Amino acid sequence: MQSLRPLLTLTLAGLAALPSPVLRAQAAPAAAKPTPAPSAGAISRPNADPFPSSYQPFPSRPTVLRNVNIYTAAGPLIRNGAVLLRDGKIAAIGATVDVPVGALVIDGGGKFVTPGLIDTHSHLGVYPAPGTAAHQDGNEATAPVTAHVWAEHSVWPQDPQFPRNLAGGTTTIQVLPGSANLIGGRSVTLKVVPSRSVQGMKFPGAPYGMKMACGENPKRVYASRGPSTRMGNVAGYRAAWIGAEAYRRRWDAWLANPTGDPPARDLGNETLAEVLRGNILVHNHCYQADEMMQMVDVAKEFGYTIRSFHHGVEAYKIADVLARENISASIWSDWGGFKMESLDGIKANVGLTHVAGARTIVHSDDPSYASRLNQEASKSLAAARTAGLNIPAEEAIKWITINAAWALGIDRQVGSLEVGKNADVVLWSGDPFSVYTRTEKVWVDGALLFDRADASQRWRTDFELGYVPTAGGIR
Amino acid sequence: MRRTLSMIRIAAVAATLPTLAGAQIVAITGGTVYPVSGPKIENGTVLIRDGKIAAVGSNVVIPEGARRIDARGKWVTPGLIHALTSLGLSEGGSPEFSGGYSDGRARGGDGIAATFDAWRGINPANTFIAPTRQEGVTSVGVIGGGGMIGGRTALIDLVEATSASAMLRKAPTAMLGGFGEPSAGTGARDEYWDKWRRLLDDVKAYQTRRAAYETGSTRTFETTQANLEALVPVVMGQLPLMLDVDRASDILAALEFATQYNLKLWLANASEGWMVAKEIAAAKVPVFIGAMSDIPTTFDALGQRRENAALLRAAGATVVLIGIGTSGGTDFNVRNIRQEAGNAVAYGLSWDEALRAVTLAPAEVMGVAGSVGSLQVGRDANVVVWSGDPFEFSTTAEHVLIQGRTFDTKSRQQQLTERYLTLPPSYRRP
Repeated sequence: MQSLRPLLTLTLAGLAALPSPVLRAQAAPAAAKPTPAPSAGAISRPNADPFPSSYQPFPSRPTVLRNVNIYTAAGPLIRNGAVLLRDGKIAAIGATVDVPVGALVIDGGGKFVTPGLIDTHSHLGVYPAPGTAAHQDGNEATAPVTAHVWAEHSVWPQDPQFPRNLAGGTTTIQVLPGSANLIGGRSVTLKVVPSRSVQGMKFPGAPYGMKMACGENPKRVYASRGPSTRMGNVAGYRAAWIGAEAYRRRWDAWLANPTGDPPARDLGNETLAEVLRGNILVHNHCYQADEMMQMVDVAKEFGYTIRSFHHGVEAYKIADVLARENISASIWSDWGGFKMESLDGIKANVGLTHVAGARTIVHSDDPSYASRLNQEASKSLAAARTAGLNIPAEEAIKWITINAAWALGIDRQVGSLEVGKNADVVLWSGDPFSVYTRTEKVWVDGALLFDRADASQRWRTDFELGYVPTAGGIR
Repeated sequence: MRRTLSMIRIAAVAATLPTLAGAQIVAITGGTVYPVSGPKIENGTVLIRDGKIAAVGSNVVIPEGARRIDARGKWVTPGLIHALTSLGLSEGGSPEFSGGYSDGRARGGDGIAATFDAWRGINPANTFIAPTRQEGVTSVGVIGGGGMIGGRTALIDLVEATSASAMLRKAPTAMLGGFGEPSAGTGARDEYWDKWRRLLDDVKAYQTRRAAYETGSTRTFETTQANLEALVPVVMGQLPLMLDVDRASDILAALEFATQYNLKLWLANASEGWMVAKEIAAAKVPVFIGAMSDIPTTFDALGQRRENAALLRAAGATVVLIGIGTSGGTDFNVRNIRQEAGNAVAYGLSWDEALRAVTLAPAEVMGVAGSVGSLQVGRDANVVVWSGDPFEFSTTAEHVLIQGRTFDTKSRQQQLTERYLTLPPSYRRP
């Protein structure tokens, strides 16, 4: 990401050269006069942000959790430690912390604390509950390459699955388009918080991701028009990148010297060009080892990097390659056997991939699994030990926290409990690797947004009102 | 029909006998024994002779020559029963994996496949069976599907076998009913129930007038003679009817329907069961439910919550836990029934009740409690020795006995794991 600096500078220069909207409004379209400058919407600009995050942290008060066991995801378990949340950040963490005047002090009584959990593979909001035809908004399955679509434009913030994920301790999710297409469009990284709009959930400063898919899904969906084979899939990716590379060069040249009419803007190529510039992270749905190896070569051919392989039920077969190429593996704890390309799924996948040195992530791709990622990680930890791999719990917690944050490009803000990071924190009733443990409280940016002890403050989406009964049976 | 099935059962027993030749005695000693039928026994012994439990207790004399399993520090329970699976019927979710057949789904006629016995389509070589057994599941219910009536369900033991009949413990266990327009071929709720009523009226009429039917002197019945015949045990209240309903009002409608026709009803899924728990308990209708979803997945399951099992049990209903939340959509994870049980505990069910809900409760409901589901003298020795609490992730099933036998064949998943423990793999078999 370091190499992006010159491009960003160039972006700012390009911005400065643009006329203000006021000036544009005054420019009358007349044949005799010079061609008016292009509007902002005509410019394919790196790191453009036309749907900016409007997220604001919820009100919080300084809070100290003490007498807690802390999985920091940044080092060993802190036994009987304490953490101070202040102004939305982790202000202090250790054996003890100073308690500011007026701080809320919660004595954990030996309970456990982790960072807010992060799911790299969610379809919340784009495939909401209840599942109705009207809300099947996750796959723009109209063409094999739909790099022009953005998942955020399908997100329904009233999906009742959001509060249920939060209640499971999941505070950040990447919402991806589905896997029908070779290139499915942009993903969006969301905070799992109540909002009227998706913009109000967007993780400030998170880079965009882009979904690609290997294997059976695209060739099945497009069997009649192509691609209908795996070789057709790969030809499809390459054709898209060839077009995108030409687009990127055209635009980078114009942005360096923005005179005359800009090149025509194309939303799909714009996203692909941003991948080539390194500004958008590639999330590649791919099950089989051999196909992942081919995608690594496609990426090298066009000079982009794959940030994470998703599903990767055969990641364990090429875990050394993933480690070498610095590609993370977003994988299930124990899914397999539901189609040909998933037949080699094993429960030790996470453990084997981890010990080979690859950045390993336990993901969900399922709204229910996403509400208990701790259990999924725990199953993987147990399977690793059964396979003879001795992985400490302090490492396993990273599968659902800091490693996931890295895959989403937000590991400087979240994913571990370290001073200065966002105060996304979960208090658990016990060790999160136990089946009996439940979340008790969940903070996002220091604000208490879930409290199992206080049902009256529970986030209920608009949809739930009058439809979904409360614990008392009242709809 | 019943005669045929009992013959199969005899064949199944006969098939297992050769491997049990010679009195084989196994003594599981020193463990904490959870018989389920009674209180736990510290430092207990489970003695197994010829595939049956010969003794359970803290003062059991161990015969000379017994094979000993040291269970000190371990937990000993009955083998787990997952009552609602399609294990063995599909290898990869596609008919291509099974000679073009979807063995879990009959086409039936007019949505009625009452004679369909899905278990006959089980492939004993299915690769999901061994991993399921290795995690302590010793028996599974096998259900099909296919329409308004999706055939008869069965219970099998997860023994290594070459034929489905050699795995069979009981068939049939219930008649499976579908719900909802696509499966029933009806467009409205009342049309669905009306179709049932007309069908069962036909069955009753047929049952009392078989001779007249043979001579063609009855009125026309809406389904085939084979279907009518298969449904006779249902209207007699002998073969349970399993209905898959979620909405509270639909559950009440099902209860009313069962009362009207004197049916033995089982409810599957029952997402909103907790809202009508008293009525379900009063009707003595068992529920087959999960404990891990709180998502309003459909408009009929808006009230779905994880406390469903605990609330239904508290109201006095019989709860059988099934792995809805853990299957990942396939039988790859039938083994995760213990995760479901652990979650039921986390959401209010007592630990003892959770263990019962995956052992003795399904055995009682399916009418096999005399042979499995608990550790009692005379029961078949379906026994698991666990390294700890069976519901905890960190616990492994160290010894799994089914009818007193253990199976050491490495699963496909184990073979893959071992091959890739070192990278790159050697491709040489261990």
